[in-house]
Amino acid sequence: MNKTVNNRAWWLVLPVFAMVAFNALIPLITVVNYSVQETFGNNEFFWSGTTWFKQLLHDDQFIDSLQRQIIFTATVLVIQIPLGLVIALCMPRSGPWVSVCLVLMSLPLLVPWNVVGSMWNIMALPDIGLLGKGLNALGIPFNYTRQPVSAWFTVILMDVWHWTSLVVLLCYAGLVSIPDAYYQAARVDGAGPWAVFRYIQLPKLKHVLTIAILLRFMDSFMIYTEVIVLTGGGPGSTTKFLSIDLVQKALGGFDLGPAAAMSIVYFLIILLLSWLFYTLMMRSEAK
Amino acid sequence: MAEIRLENLRHSYLANPGADEDYALKRLSLTWQDGGAYALLGPSGCGKTTLLNLISGLLTPTEGKILFNGRDVSHASPEERNIAQVFQFPVIYDTMTVYDNLAFPLRNRQVPEAEIKSRVTEIAEMLELTSTLSNRASGLSADGKQKISLGRGLVRADVNVIMFDEPLTVIDPHLKWKLRSKLKELHQRTRRTMIYVTHDQTEALTFADQVVVMNLGEVVQSGTPVELFEKPQHTFVGHFIGSPGMNVLPCEVNGGKAQFAGRTIAVDNGAAATGKGRTEIGVRPEFVSISRGGLPAEVTRVSDAGRFRIVETRCGGHMVKLLVKEGDTVPEGQTHLVFDPAHTQIYEDGWIAGAKP
Repeated sequence: MNKTVNNRAWWLVLPVFAMVAFNALIPLITVVNYSVQETFGNNEFFWSGTTWFKQLLHDDQFIDSLQRQIIFTATVLVIQIPLGLVIALCMPRSGPWVSVCLVLMSLPLLVPWNVVGSMWNIMALPDIGLLGKGLNALGIPFNYTRQPVSAWFTVILMDVWHWTSLVVLLCYAGLVSIPDAYYQAARVDGAGPWAVFRYIQLPKLKHVLTIAILLRFMDSFMIYTEVIVLTGGGPGSTTKFLSIDLVQKALGGFDLGPAAAMSIVYFLIILLLSWLFYTLMMRSEAK
Repeated sequence: MAEIRLENLRHSYLANPGADEDYALKRLSLTWQDGGAYALLGPSGCGKTTLLNLISGLLTPTEGKILFNGRDVSHASPEERNIAQVFQFPVIYDTMTVYDNLAFPLRNRQVPEAEIKSRVTEIAEMLELTSTLSNRASGLSADGKQKISLGRGLVRADVNVIMFDEPLTVIDPHLKWKLRSKLKELHQRTRRTMIYVTHDQTEALTFADQVVVMNLGEVVQSGTPVELFEKPQHTFVGHFIGSPGMNVLPCEVNGGKAQFAGRTIAVDNGAAATGKGRTEIGVRPEFVSISRGGLPAEVTRVSDAGRFRIVETRCGGHMVKLLVKEGDTVPEGQTHLVFDPAHTQIYEDGWIAGAKP
C-alpha cells in the first residue's frame, strides 16, 4: 500500500495548540512581561529589569509564607500518604462492600472547595460547631480565630479529610491490579503479612505512590480556597500560605510587577520540586 | 516427603453448588505415590489448576479429604502442608536480588544463613543463574524471571511435593526443552514428588512416569504414557493424546462383536461389551494398515509429517486416518484397511467397554 505524505494534517493540531496558547502560554508570557515592568495604571509600563525579583528575595512576608507553605505541605504529605495507604489496605477487595467503600471515599473529593472551607468553618466554631464545642467541652482550649495552633490544626484536619481519599483511591487501584499469583506465591513461600506488604504490595504500589505524592504536593502547595474560607489566612497571618499572599499582593495591592515576579518564583518552586520528586523516585527504580 | 491421597474430592467456586455442572472439579479419588513424577494433562479449563490449588492449600475443598501420609490436611494452610508451587507466570519479588529471591522461602522459615547459602548456590548453579545472583531480579528477562520462580520452588529440601502449573508457557522453545530435561534430571536425583500441570502432551509424556488426564473437571485416565497410548480408557484420551488422535468410528455391537461398515471388526475387548448406549470403536492411526481383503476405503488426502505420512481415507462414510512410514508406498484411490485387533477397542458412551470406573 502506498502512503501519501501529507503535511496538511498538521492543521488538525491547530485547535489544540490555540487552546493551550490561550489558557497557558499567553497568560504565562503576560506574567513574565509584568514581572520585569513597573506600571502606574493607564496601561503605561516602564522597564524595571530584575528589581521585583531582588525585592522578593528580601521580602519577609514572602519568606514567611513560603516557610508556612513548606511546613503545611510536608505535614499534609506525612499524614495523608501513610494514612491513605493504610485505609486502602484495609478496604475489601471483593463483595458488596467494595462499592460502598468506594462511594464513601469519593464523597470528599466531590465537595466544592469553598463548601469544604465553609463546612469546617462551621464545624470548628467554638460555640456551636461539633468539633470546636466538642474539644472545648473536653477541656481543650480551642478557638481557630484566635489561636494559631487551633487554626493550623483545623486547616490540616480539613485538608486530610478532603484529600486523603485521593491517595486511598489511587492506592486501592494499585492494590487490586496486583495479580493473585503474587499472593499465592507468597503464601507458598511462607511469607507473613509484613513480608507480603514489604516485598509485594509496596514495590507494586511504587508508581501509584509517586503519582499520589506528586499530586498531593502540587495541590497542597497551591492551596487557596479552603483556607481563605476557613481562616482567611489568620489569626494574624499565621495560616497565610503562598497563594493567599500572592492574591493579596496582586488584587489587594494592585502591585502587578511584584505579584508577577512572585508568581514566577512560585511556579518555578513547584516545577523544581516536582521534577526533583519524580527524578529521585524514578532513579531508585532504575537501580 | 509424603504420599498424597485425595478422597472423594469435589470443588465448586460457587457458594451453594447444586447441579453437577456447578463443580469445577467433579468427584475424584487419586493417590500420588511418594517420589513419583506426575503430569496432570488436560485442555484449558478442565480443572487442572483447581486440583493443584486444592493440593497446595490455596483452595479449601467443598467436599472430600486430602491426606498427606494419612494425615488429613484438607483445611491446613500451604505453609503447614510444606509444599512448593511454581505458577504459570513468573512471580518475582521486584525489589530483591536474585539471591534474595531464591533465599526468600528459606528465610521465611528461619533456616540458618549458612544452609541458605549452600542451597541457593546449588539451585542457582543448576538453573544457570549463578552469574546474575547479585543482580536486581526485576531486571531479568521473562526466561530469567521464570527460572527464579522455579528456583524458589526447588530451593527447599524438605517439601512434600513440588507442583508446577504450566511453568514453561513463557519460556523460549529451545530453553523449554532444556529446563524440562533439567526438571526430569532433578527428579531422578532428589526423588521428590513432582506434579507437573500442562496442556501439552509432549511435555507431559516426556516429564512424567505417570500421567493423569483430565477433562471437564474429571480424571478420565491415569496411567503410564504407554498405557495412555495403547489403551485409552476414554475416547477423549484417544483424541487428546497422540498426533493425529485416535480414529473413533460409530459401530453396532451384537453379542460381543463390533459391526462397522457392514463388516465384523475384530476387537480386543469384545467380551466386555454390553452394546448399551453410544457404541464406537477406537483405533489409533498407528494400528491401521493397508491390506487386501480389508475394509474398502478411498484415499482423500495425504500429508507429510516428516518420519511418516498421514493418510486420510473415507471408509464406510467416516474419516479414518492411518500412518504410512517414510519410504513405504502411499496408497492412492481405492484401497483396503485392516485394524490391528489387539489395539482396537469398543467404547460405550465414551468409556472403554468393561472398564467403566
